[in-house]
Amino acid sequence: METTTNNSNFKSEEYFINMGPQHPATHGVLRLLLTIDGEIIKKVEPDLGYIHRSIEKMCERDSYQQIVHLTDRMDYLSSHINNEAVCLTVENALQIEVPDRVKVIRTIIGELTRIASHCLWWGVMGMDVGALTTYFYGFRDREMINDIFEETCGARLTMNYNIPGGLMFDIHPNFVKRVKDFIAHFKTKLPEYDTLLTGNVIFQKRTKGVGILTKEDAISFGASGPVGRASGYSCDVRKHHPYSALDRVTFNEALKTEGDTFARYQVRIQEMWESLSIIEQLIDNIPEGDYKVATNAVIKLPKGEYYQKVETARGELGVYIISTGTKNPYRVKFRSPGFSNLSLLSHIAVGGKIGDLVATMATLDIVVPDIDR
Amino acid sequence: MSYFSDIYKGIKTLLTGMSVTGKYFLNSRKGAITQQYPDNRDSLKMFDRFRGEVVMPHDENNEHRCTGCQKCELACPNGSIEIIWDRKVDPETGKKKKMIEKHIYHLGMCTMCGLCIEACPTDAIKWAQNFENSVYDRSYLTRVLNKPGSRLKPGVEE
Ligand code: SF4
Ligand code: SF4
Repeated sequence: METTTNNSNFKSEEYFINMGPQHPATHGVLRLLLTIDGEIIKKVEPDLGYIHRSIEKMCERDSYQQIVHLTDRMDYLSSHINNEAVCLTVENALQIEVPDRVKVIRTIIGELTRIASHCLWWGVMGMDVGALTTYFYGFRDREMINDIFEETCGARLTMNYNIPGGLMFDIHPNFVKRVKDFIAHFKTKLPEYDTLLTGNVIFQKRTKGVGILTKEDAISFGASGPVGRASGYSCDVRKHHPYSALDRVTFNEALKTEGDTFARYQVRIQEMWESLSIIEQLIDNIPEGDYKVATNAVIKLPKGEYYQKVETARGELGVYIISTGTKNPYRVKFRSPGFSNLSLLSHIAVGGKIGDLVATMATLDIVVPDIDR
Repeated sequence: MSYFSDIYKGIKTLLTGMSVTGKYFLNSRKGAITQQYPDNRDSLKMFDRFRGEVVMPHDENNEHRCTGCQKCELACPNGSIEIIWDRKVDPETGKKKKMIEKHIYHLGMCTMCGLCIEACPTDAIKWAQNFENSVYDRSYLTRVLNKPGSRLKPGVEE
């Protein structure tokens, strides 16, 4: 790049292009303003707000039961975990202890959600770097999980299965069998993911050493989830602040230290294995009991401020509720993982090529509704 | 030298990847999960909990279970349900009683959250599994759930 800019005969100059808002590689309606010199990126500015729906403001209007279904529409690939975050906040505020059965089911479905989300990510990640086949394989395995959700919750994506105090209804009689089938199926398919993509030389050349994020930067940008863990920043909420049934299972936190695109890729693949093992530990002994505890029809949180964080497929989701003691929250704030993970894009993509930007974006795994809310 | 070993490695990993796709290519009939929709419409069965649209079941005497308590209307986060009610004389007891005139459901606004069905004390509404809801005008998506001339099933109390 030095030679092109310093060559007196051919002066290159910086120019500006838009990537998005309808670019397939931005995975949603996100606009990136790129300042580039030849193919070298000089500056990236994300421009947000194309699908802002003011979910936080809507929450101030709604009752606590109604808030839950709005969070489906934030990070729609982790909808169950988002629901759980709100329900845990409300339950903690009311000091309700939910039955063991609820905790275990929530954790199982939460981990299934994580696998489904990572399957989809793996598919589109391959597609972003030019391997179309991965897309079909990723979606094939995700389809099985979606069927489990559809049978138990009635919906495939926006599940709204949690309510403050438990679950909306009990699991379907087929649930356990289907989950076991899925585990057996996925254990044979996950090694295929590695054979197909991870070992591929082209893929490795496009991802290794690309978009490096140091541990210091990961912490100062507030990175969380697989993005932070690939830089060696141990930030798994499930490990450090276990919620639901996560304190009774053993699993390893996927950690890498390289901080590049390939490390983020490996962390997610390893997380799928860990999630499988968590589900395996729980699925055989779902405790008997009620699937919810009765709450008042009108839930009023005691006056005060409440915060709860959970680990979604993308990282740390925080729910912050201020209550004045009425049936609506005074203020709800979501700390979404996508927002802080996107903020570091302008830091790590500078100096790389446009193709690298696409690969980097793919492993940040952003979901735009989560960022815009 | 590394040039040639790179080429060799590149081809080798490509072939490793293609062994997976090749396996599926040869067994393409087995384990196909694509569905031939809409050709399979007759045999397509949705899961019984699938949330397609809210309906109000009526029995053979054109009687439903909705008392007009408006709990579903209150539970709905986005105003998809409107209950129009009136106080009418109950033919059984001869007393005036709250009864629905229209249970209006805006399918176009519904987010399929299921809160109305959870809230209903008499199980008057439930999910239907129909998902083919495309129409030419959105006014078709506003439905009156209680059938014309229907009435409350005797004995159903709040
Ligand atoms: S499912 Fe939800 S949005 Fe739809 S009518 Fe019922 S309460 Fe309203
Ligand atoms: S459908 Fe159920 S909740 Fe709604 S008004 Fe009728 S009885 Fe009440």
